Amino acid sequence: MKPPKFEYHAPTTLDEAVAALGRYGGDAKVLAGGQSLMPLLNFRLARPAALVDLNRIASLAYIREQDGQVRFGAMTRQRTIEFSPVVAQRLPLLKEATRWVGHLPIRTRGTIGGSIAHADPSAEYPAVLAALEGEVVARGAKGDRVIRAADLFQTYLTTSLGSEEILTEVRLPAMPAGAGYALEEFARRHGDFAIVGIAAVVVREGQRCKLARLATAGAGPVPVRLRAAEQILEKDGLGEAAIDAAARKATELVDPDADIHASADYRRHLTGVLTKRALIRAIGVARG
Amino acid sequence: MVTVRLKINGVAHEGRCEPRKLLVDFIREDLGLTGTHVGCEHGICGACTIMFNGEAARSCIMLAVQADGAELATVEGLMRDGKLHPLQEAFREHHGLQCGFCTPGMLMTALDLLRTNPSPNDREIREGISAVLCRCTGYQGIVNAVRAAAPILASSR
Repeated sequence: MKPPKFEYHAPTTLDEAVAALGRYGGDAKVLAGGQSLMPLLNFRLARPAALVDLNRIASLAYIREQDGQVRFGAMTRQRTIEFSPVVAQRLPLLKEATRWVGHLPIRTRGTIGGSIAHADPSAEYPAVLAALEGEVVARGAKGDRVIRAADLFQTYLTTSLGSEEILTEVRLPAMPAGAGYALEEFARRHGDFAIVGIAAVVVREGQRCKLARLATAGAGPVPVRLRAAEQILEKDGLGEAAIDAAARKATELVDPDADIHASADYRRHLTGVLTKRALIRAIGVARG
Repeated sequence: MVTVRLKINGVAHEGRCEPRKLLVDFIREDLGLTGTHVGCEHGICGACTIMFNGEAARSCIMLAVQADGAELATVEGLMRDGKLHPLQEAFREHHGLQCGFCTPGMLMTALDLLRTNPSPNDREIREGISAVLCRCTGYQGIVNAVRAAAPILASSR
């Protein structure tokens, strides 16, 4: 269980990284925190001709507020996000989700850009990106382009990023002040990938629901926005009957696969259960 | 081949290796520091956890070349003047180990936990050490050891 041979590049600027990636015509892999790619290399499930390591590009690690968004350099570590006051204030859902990402020594290395570009459907950050309608910036030979969450995730471990593009920035709209939020997840052990997870955001005005957001992890090949369930709350409010109806609707909106961890039926069932739990908790912490 | 220069437990080292060499293998084979253990080799068991620039990280899913210029700490660096580190003392006192295979990783993980959360409750301790698998103790002894060491480390800070 050792990595296969590869050529190794550790550029110190983004331009050099894009140029290095371009030289391999899709046969190179970008190495971010390495918490998913390195195990794949150790198992030799991945055999890239080259690795382009982003860890020496200091300009890719930052958290800044701009235009109502919080923008993260792709190499911002999950552990930095966990302790960031800006994240705690503007994106409390992301802070809560971060506690579910792997374990402490994974989060010291793991990055927000790597997690999203890897696009594991059970991972928490893609679900948060979907729930908050975030976007990412990709840099290729022709320059930057912005990709919305809805256009990013294609299927298991597959995004619309080109093989010669590098995800450089993650942009999440700041949550409205007083928004309720929750991330509910079921895994066999804390720190394992979710069997199913639900990210929820609720903006309330008394019993009225001004805005609801629901997105899944682990309930299909990509994070699923549960728009029809959100609409039930936005139309019928935040009472018990509406929550139950939204949770029921959620189970109809997902098309999970079975694997060694859980059957498709069980995942569908969990989607309803966790949607209800997430909504109750989100509504409980919402002000307004 | 690449040259790797790093500091480990305060001592400067230099070695040459292939870019694909894992950091844990470099530490054990090239630097002769075998206190850090190799378990699963794919980032699950946590036995290989070291301090990388002051933070706990799994050295089986890092490349040695990535540690060029870095400061590392391993279990060998915990003792001072021939005396066990207070966390090691607590592990011995509270049956925090039996076979000892996971212990280097447990110690480095617990150190980062206590660095960032100096007085964790039991739930937080369990969550912190959930990064490392132990097959002997049933974890209770480890939780007890970390809880006992917390105030000692906090007061020595």
